[in-house]
Amino acid sequence: MDKTIQSPSDAVADIPDGAVVMIGGFGGSGAPIELIHALIIRYKETGSPKALTIINNNAGNGAIGIAGMVKAGLVKKMICSFPRSSNAAVFNEKYLAGEIELELVPQGTLAERIRAAGAGIPAFYTPASYGTELAEGKPVEEFDGKMYVRERWLKADFALIKGHSGDTMGNLTYRKAARNFAPLMAMAANRTVAQVSELLSPGGINPETVITPGIFVDGVVHVANAQQEEALLRAGVEHA
Amino acid sequence: MTQQKLSSAQIAWRAAQDLEDGAYVNLGIGFPEMIATFQPEGRDIVYHTENGVLGFGEAPKPGEEDWDLINAGKKAVTLNPGGAFFHHADSFSMVRGGHLDLAVLGAYQIAQNGDLANWRIGNKGVPAVGGAMDLVHGAKRVAVVTDHVTKDGKPKLVETCTFPLTGVGCVTRVYSSLAVLDVEDNRFVLREKLPTLSLDELQNLTGAKLHTDGQVDDLIVPSLD
Repeated sequence: MDKTIQSPSDAVADIPDGAVVMIGGFGGSGAPIELIHALIIRYKETGSPKALTIINNNAGNGAIGIAGMVKAGLVKKMICSFPRSSNAAVFNEKYLAGEIELELVPQGTLAERIRAAGAGIPAFYTPASYGTELAEGKPVEEFDGKMYVRERWLKADFALIKGHSGDTMGNLTYRKAARNFAPLMAMAANRTVAQVSELLSPGGINPETVITPGIFVDGVVHVANAQQEEALLRAGVEHA
Repeated sequence: MTQQKLSSAQIAWRAAQDLEDGAYVNLGIGFPEMIATFQPEGRDIVYHTENGVLGFGEAPKPGEEDWDLINAGKKAVTLNPGGAFFHHADSFSMVRGGHLDLAVLGAYQIAQNGDLANWRIGNKGVPAVGGAMDLVHGAKRVAVVTDHVTKDGKPKLVETCTFPLTGVGCVTRVYSSLAVLDVEDNRFVLREKLPTLSLDELQNLTGAKLHTDGQVDDLIVPSLD
């Protein structure tokens, strides 16, 4: 079994117009920046993929990564908890002009909806958002004297994530807090591609330290010297 | 008359005095983060951040940031010995599952039944909620640090919140610029107030009835200048 994909552009070549795409990362930590930029390059060369729904905690920063996708025009809708950042002008302008949709989800609910999709659980109850405008229209139920809101699973066509070490069978480890949503998204998408900073043969990762087992990963692409989004932002890089 | 009140640092200092040795604590981004600065010596506190870190420490020196190691405010942090990384679903299991001892948040309004409004003021602009709606549920204690009144002098402690709610009946303690109050049985119970302020003066700056339950202590905080 070898899930190796040769390049970021090969890794994103199958994503069609209108796809729902989960993208790992919390701010710049864990953002699969090379995969995202490969998607932007493909769009600029071919006009596709467009009208994407993007699922991430945030809605981009500056004009790289997800903000670069939004600015370039690939994104129809964002599903996120916090579309604010040190420079959220790209998303803000599109949102206030009515050019992009926003589904705002409390952060823990977002994580659990993704996890539930990966775990085959179509709905669950959470106390988060009960009695608030984000719970409007959702079923509520009392359990043991407390009120809860029913939330649905959240699936995707694709997940693009960043691992640290990966092997050719798709087993992954992550670096520090860059793990965040990636293990959940890997489970919840129809097709998950991970860029990894180090690609190893089977057995190269101590099985005791595997965080995402390869069954959840469909493709791995080796990105040597992977860039870090926050570091790029601070260096003033734009990619849109 | 200029009303004497505590600075943000002083409110944070007062809240820090209640950090319990051995506690697992989440400090909301912004103002609540300042509480860690005043953590009393000799108490071991483990800080949780939503993006998957337990046991994070101070900011690194400028130039030594590792941007894969950040907190929920996207600031670079360090990891203390015994720290741990985990994914987002585990992180919010710690939150909703009742494993945190304390969460501290900021506030636009707090109602006497413990309702909190802290995520948006009106319908303008781009809404953003982050983890606030999760954090208000599950921690054993949910405290708020806040000015007692708004910039234009309106009470932030009210009978009923008029701003959009973050959570219902969730706040257990308020550290304000004038007082320390508990929310008990759908009412504000005054525990401490600035000694320069009479109960009537404090009541006039509060949008809901203040109750007392035994002694009201003086709220005394170092100048921290």
